[in-house]
Amino acid sequence: MTIAPPLAPAPVETAPPGSKLAGGSGSVSWMAWPALIAFTLFGLVPLVGVFLLSFTEWNISGAVKPAGLDSWRTVLADPDLLHSLWVTFLIMAFSWLVQTPLSILIGVFLASHQRYRAVLAVLYFIPLLLSQAAISITYKALLDPNFGLGASLGWEFLQQDWLGDPVLALGVVVFVVSWQFIPFHSLIYQGGVRQIPTSMYEAAQIDGAGRIRQFFSITLPQLKYTIITSSTLMVVGSLTFFDLIWVLTAGGPGDATSALAVEMYQRGFKANLMGPASAIAVILVLCGLVLALGLRRLGGRNQADSQLEGV
Amino acid sequence: MAASVKRPRLSQWNFLGGLAGWLWLAIVIVPIYWIVITSLKVSGDYYSTNPLVPPTSPTLENYRFVLENDFVRYFTNSTIVTLGAVLPAVLMSFMAGYAIIRGGAASRFLRGVNGLFLMGLAIPLQAVIIPIYLIIIKIQMYDTLGAIILPSLAFAIPLSVLVLSNFIRDVPKELFESMRMDGATEWGTLWRLAFPLTRPALVTVTIYQGLTVWNGFVLPLILTQSPEQRTLPLALWEFQGQYSVNIPAVLASVVLTTLPILTLYVIGRRQLLSGLTAGFGK
Repeated sequence: MTIAPPLAPAPVETAPPGSKLAGGSGSVSWMAWPALIAFTLFGLVPLVGVFLLSFTEWNISGAVKPAGLDSWRTVLADPDLLHSLWVTFLIMAFSWLVQTPLSILIGVFLASHQRYRAVLAVLYFIPLLLSQAAISITYKALLDPNFGLGASLGWEFLQQDWLGDPVLALGVVVFVVSWQFIPFHSLIYQGGVRQIPTSMYEAAQIDGAGRIRQFFSITLPQLKYTIITSSTLMVVGSLTFFDLIWVLTAGGPGDATSALAVEMYQRGFKANLMGPASAIAVILVLCGLVLALGLRRLGGRNQADSQLEGV
Repeated sequence: MAASVKRPRLSQWNFLGGLAGWLWLAIVIVPIYWIVITSLKVSGDYYSTNPLVPPTSPTLENYRFVLENDFVRYFTNSTIVTLGAVLPAVLMSFMAGYAIIRGGAASRFLRGVNGLFLMGLAIPLQAVIIPIYLIIIKIQMYDTLGAIILPSLAFAIPLSVLVLSNFIRDVPKELFESMRMDGATEWGTLWRLAFPLTRPALVTVTIYQGLTVWNGFVLPLILTQSPEQRTLPLALWEFQGQYSVNIPAVLASVVLTTLPILTLYVIGRRQLLSGLTAGFGK
């Protein structure tokens, strides 16, 4: 990330003597303090805290006692952790697979400057405004096998026990996630597509490339960094799905949709085992970090450079 | 992104994109349409009428029922929490962003602060909820609205600083220089120069963070317990648990919690959409 480009020094040298140097950096530093203090107290301290708490024993009512590696031993030996990692991975993989192609397709569609498509974009955005609690409550009612849409319309294929079957419930979670977030990623792709220079398409047309060919040879490669940005947000974001799953299925049926964040909540706030819950939280932080860094490497070192260079 | 530039290539007929676009519109609109028409049905009619046909005699009875169930209180709580967290967070972030841009070149401290906030973008709220719970208990704020406000405020800061500092950076250097020549202090320059020039970004950030806090579920779930301190998403969930058979009333509560956001969206739509695409589409 770039700090203010150091182009300023020249005018600073000519500043009248006695004025504070460099725009008076000393005189602006204090303005960063309120944000720094607020973020440290409730962002950084908890981050350090969760690592420390994973080496303690604490059952809400009692005091926090050091417990060495106990929590880690419990958690790592527990098949439930592996299961929730697997569930998290499935939700992540399938929601990526569903969202990415559709978002690119819709993004390309929206990139065109036509009035009605702008109106569509406004409507697409609505799911993003709703709380995940509201969305989950709506789908719970909509998919109810006895009182939902399928039952009252009499449509057989909608009359499944959507949230009562392990495989279907996972599918519903992926669908609801996509329903909420595809519009957001479409907008990201729309922005990406609009930055591709028209000249590239004109050249391709002169060479006689068809639309499909243009899409695969120009649009998709040019969207590389947009795809990485959008995928990072999707993949890292899917690690922390909680509201949606908790309201929709509470991790069920059984533990079929018990992703990491749900597993953490259940252990900590339901089973009263804050130590192991903290260990799961640490795993969550580490997974996020590894995924974010990994996807960044995919983008190559010179991500700051324009992908349009040489055009 | 000049919207007026004609791009012949892109306005060509795009069959697959068009199909996906219109299909997705249907997928987005049908549930929303269903929420609205169902919330206007008499609850007895819900099971006997076609779910996709609007009621012949719409009723506001469900809304009255929801409002009688303390929704005004939850609404007030949500408003207090959202304003209490977002306004200070955006103000602090604006000051920090200004300091980073104005002083970052000369000050290692400010560059460090900037790095810290960038790292902060990667901390998921859910993962640090247990220590936050512990801190809130220790400072004896459990089950208060302040308990929700403080962490919400902190977690709104990193992204706000990033977006606002990007916009402050675009303010021409000469303007800062001429303010300084006129003898303005940094504090004066912040308000008289940077503030008016970054107002669109400030609006975007405020709406975005307001949306996040308004819709927040985890913090109220974990940091409060009494109905008096409930915010809307949590109230929705409790309401649904209590009246799950009365689907029209549940959906009326969904509509009521969303109305204020929709109103904000209609007002700040353009800025929000273009701000988001400018921020991520690079």
